[in-house]
Amino acid sequence: MMELFGVSVALLALFAGFGVLIGLLFGFFGMGGSFLVTPALMVMGYNTDVAVASGLAFVFATSVIATLKHRDLGQVDYKLGVLMIAGTTGGIEVGKIGLHYLQSIGQADTVVSVIYVLLLGGIGAFITYTAVKGGDGGGLSPDHDEADGEINADDIPDIAKKIQSYRVPPMMKLRGGIQVSLWMILLVAFATGLLSGFLGVGGGFIRMPALFYLIGVPVPIAVGTDLFEIVFSGGIGSFLYAMDGAVNLSIVVPLLAGSAGGARIGAAATSLVDEDEIKVYFGVMLLLGAIAVALRKIGNFMDIPVLQTVSLVVILGAATLVAGAVVVSSVRALRAESDSTTSVTH
Amino acid sequence: MFGLEGATGISGALLVIGVVLLEAIILYVGYGLLERVVGPTVIDAIGGK
Repeated sequence: MMELFGVSVALLALFAGFGVLIGLLFGFFGMGGSFLVTPALMVMGYNTDVAVASGLAFVFATSVIATLKHRDLGQVDYKLGVLMIAGTTGGIEVGKIGLHYLQSIGQADTVVSVIYVLLLGGIGAFITYTAVKGGDGGGLSPDHDEADGEINADDIPDIAKKIQSYRVPPMMKLRGGIQVSLWMILLVAFATGLLSGFLGVGGGFIRMPALFYLIGVPVPIAVGTDLFEIVFSGGIGSFLYAMDGAVNLSIVVPLLAGSAGGARIGAAATSLVDEDEIKVYFGVMLLLGAIAVALRKIGNFMDIPVLQTVSLVVILGAATLVAGAVVVSSVRALRAESDSTTSVTH
Repeated sequence: MFGLEGATGISGALLVIGVVLLEAIILYVGYGLLERVVGPTVIDAIGGK
């Protein structure tokens, strides 16, 4: 078997290919890639600490690349990012206390699994609903064109308008021309941190929609600012695990090489594809993710190992389907664009 | 990989995370250049031009 840096080339290619898939989703939606990595590694037979640590190191590196890209486009609100880090950190600590309490009474796994499934499924259903409905702020896909401009009042979701109406000083002026009370930002950050600490997840899929739907930050800036925050949370998390030698570079290095390329394709696709069409797929992917998590937990609970594999097949199948839909729609859009240019010139 | 399998403790963690960070920056710059150089050709090819 051919080897590179002491690692099988086939394994490196497998991780690089998996990385392209994750990167494509991450580049297009600005979230939704990382929750695939850790479960996949666990099903592949890696120890939990190695799977979690390598997943975190991958998330850290991916968010560094994505933040640099969003910074170039002026889509990172550093002030909001720092406030979110402060509020989220407090929330994570309180969430962990709640989790430890549930562990002490032996209910942690059940409660966390149920909340995780409901949350993932709920967000998935909400995104699908708003995409099908085609209203309420236009949903979650990052439209890079509107990053530097003021956000249109019609594009702000109703809940965010309500939160912005609580003018408890000091008021913070954020990118996109919106004004929100400092306390509201800290409250939202604390709540998302609470869920993050309680569920033991990075929280991008909670925080990014929260920034848009609750605070009213324009989607591109919500994505950029969320990524900026993940640089810190992912960096600290992976550093702590790396001290125990749990980060496996033969996983992270090829995974990152693939995902950085995939993310470029995904980001380019955002300007080509009809967002509502793809958002439906994304919502369905989150719903299938909820089903996959539920299957895994049922498998653990009832000691049916095959459900672990079924769970992975469901989530990877859904991710491949959505990534494929993004690529096919992009190619179609490019061909249609090319055809219309040709017919105009003739 | 890269002989860092046994890297532990603060110095080991700094080394491992440093490698990951360095790769991220190299990929950011490298893919950025690649996109600029071959991106338009690839898009034209896909568009059938």
